[in-house]
Amino acid sequence: MAVSKEQVIDFLYEEARMLDEGRYDEWLALWLEDGHYWMPLDYKQTDPHLVTSLLYEDMFMLRLRVERLNGARTFSQKPKSRCHHVIQRPFIDEMTDNRVVTSTSMHYVETRLDEQFLLALTAVHELAVVDGVLRIANKRVDILNCDAAFGNIQLLP
Amino acid sequence: MRTVSDITALFTGPQVHRDVYTSPEIYRLEMEHLFANAWVFVGHESQTSKKGDYFTTQIGDQPVIQVRHSDGEIYVLFNRCPHKGTKIAIDRDGNTGKFFRCPYHAWSFKTNGCLLAIPLKKGYEETGFSESESAKGMTPVGAVKNYRGFVFARLAPDGIEFDEFFGDSLSSIDNMVDRSPEGRLEIAGPPLRYMHKCNWKMLVENQTDTCHPMVAHESSAGTAVKIWKEMGNPEPRPPAMEIIAPFMSPYEFFEKMGIRTWPNGHGHTGVHHSIHSDYSAVPGYFEALCEAHGEERAREILDENRHNTVYFPNIMIKGPIQQLRNFIPLGPDKTLVESYIYRLVGAPDQLLSRTAMYNRMINAPTSMVGHDDLEMYERAQEGLMSNGMEWVNIQRLRTGEEDFSEETVENGTTERQMRNQFDAWVKFMTVSMEEA
Repeated sequence: MAVSKEQVIDFLYEEARMLDEGRYDEWLALWLEDGHYWMPLDYKQTDPHLVTSLLYEDMFMLRLRVERLNGARTFSQKPKSRCHHVIQRPFIDEMTDNRVVTSTSMHYVETRLDEQFLLALTAVHELAVVDGVLRIANKRVDILNCDAAFGNIQLLP
Repeated sequence: MRTVSDITALFTGPQVHRDVYTSPEIYRLEMEHLFANAWVFVGHESQTSKKGDYFTTQIGDQPVIQVRHSDGEIYVLFNRCPHKGTKIAIDRDGNTGKFFRCPYHAWSFKTNGCLLAIPLKKGYEETGFSESESAKGMTPVGAVKNYRGFVFARLAPDGIEFDEFFGDSLSSIDNMVDRSPEGRLEIAGPPLRYMHKCNWKMLVENQTDTCHPMVAHESSAGTAVKIWKEMGNPEPRPPAMEIIAPFMSPYEFFEKMGIRTWPNGHGHTGVHHSIHSDYSAVPGYFEALCEAHGEERAREILDENRHNTVYFPNIMIKGPIQQLRNFIPLGPDKTLVESYIYRLVGAPDQLLSRTAMYNRMINAPTSMVGHDDLEMYERAQEGLMSNGMEWVNIQRLRTGEEDFSEETVENGTTERQMRNQFDAWVKFMTVSMEEA
């Protein structure tokens, strides 16, 4: 069963909302088990393996990341960070019955204590339609200033 | 104005005064003395592999260019036009061809820094220009050494020689390079760049601080072990388990791994074993190394599992991981950490893939392990402002006066390497200072 463009767009908005509201268990459930969340270090990077990336996380790493955020001895999350995504209407670059590729521009704000920073980014989602339901097969997040020096980026842009 | 005795008084042996981390005046003196007198890492030769290739960085607070000259040698020049001071190179790297040309007034220089041409040169006739400092061109640093691909420089024209400064500590670079079947490393992509609001020395000290991983990193390493157990201990282990879980090793593991110190502030953890000892074998690698060196030598190379080697003042390398971290001071409370990785030329890609994974999992601004380290440093930088106590304790396993001119191997939880760094710190701070 194919999905509509509107369903795709709603899905992407809902995903951003889950991250902003810290609904990480629901967010993890969106993913296919062999998915990867990739955040390149270099502008227009093509290879996640033989050069360094900021993130290239499998489901084990994503689960670890989520569980760590709520740990009793997660010192860098005392107090906790908060984040906020402002997203532009996604481009749907590819759409078949079981695969959708989208590109979405976002502004991402993360804050903790008196610090706050803004990242401009483009998220490319590779979505799969499994039993009529959209799932995240892979996600690539390109930060506009990926080659700049950052302090801690603790949540998920 | 601080004198030699003022600087010497900041390090008593068991304690170091907080001013070394917080004082803008001490920081300025570090830039003027310590970073001028010591041999400081610049870059890897593969970052400038062809003639005219250059890359820009800094030694302490001094902007410099590493460049491959037409004679094939690597030069390190101050990145400043001798005319008005404009930085000659502003890109992080590139190829300048046969000469540098200042973008402001088109003064040009050979890639060894010598002045090549000035437009409308007759304007300098009979001005005495040829006798001026500017006529010499771009200033080279005091001394440069390319050791097995790693380029180091001493800013001061005179001072300790390279071999004396590093001595037997070069065995850690040797081991990293020997791991390549061709005896050669190549840089693999740009470095991670991670900004820390703390003093650079906190980062250097943490490299041989073996009593913090199981505490500060419990949230990542401990949680990884917990999740893996909940999954029913699946094999092969997820990559995160191989890389992150060893941080949760017990104190006894770190005590037994040993710490070696060398003169002039260098030292390493992981004398007998380390958190890198139990990585799974990469198919084809051992065979390639045996073919290059013979089996006995190949085993000898791979049996070294040195964890972190600190090259005083401000880098750390990991031989088994082919990683180098450069702790670049930007202010008394600001440090840029650049984490580079290298390809072992002639080794399978899978090895480099693990190296890249280690770099992002442990040393990225997005790393769960990095997050807790940075939190500790920044809390320390703020806590040190407290007037309740002025001294920092580095006394662990110090049972009497220590002679840092000797190489020693001790219990892996000693803070001797931190004391060794401060001994060298005093030495290279004061060697060019007025007595009183």
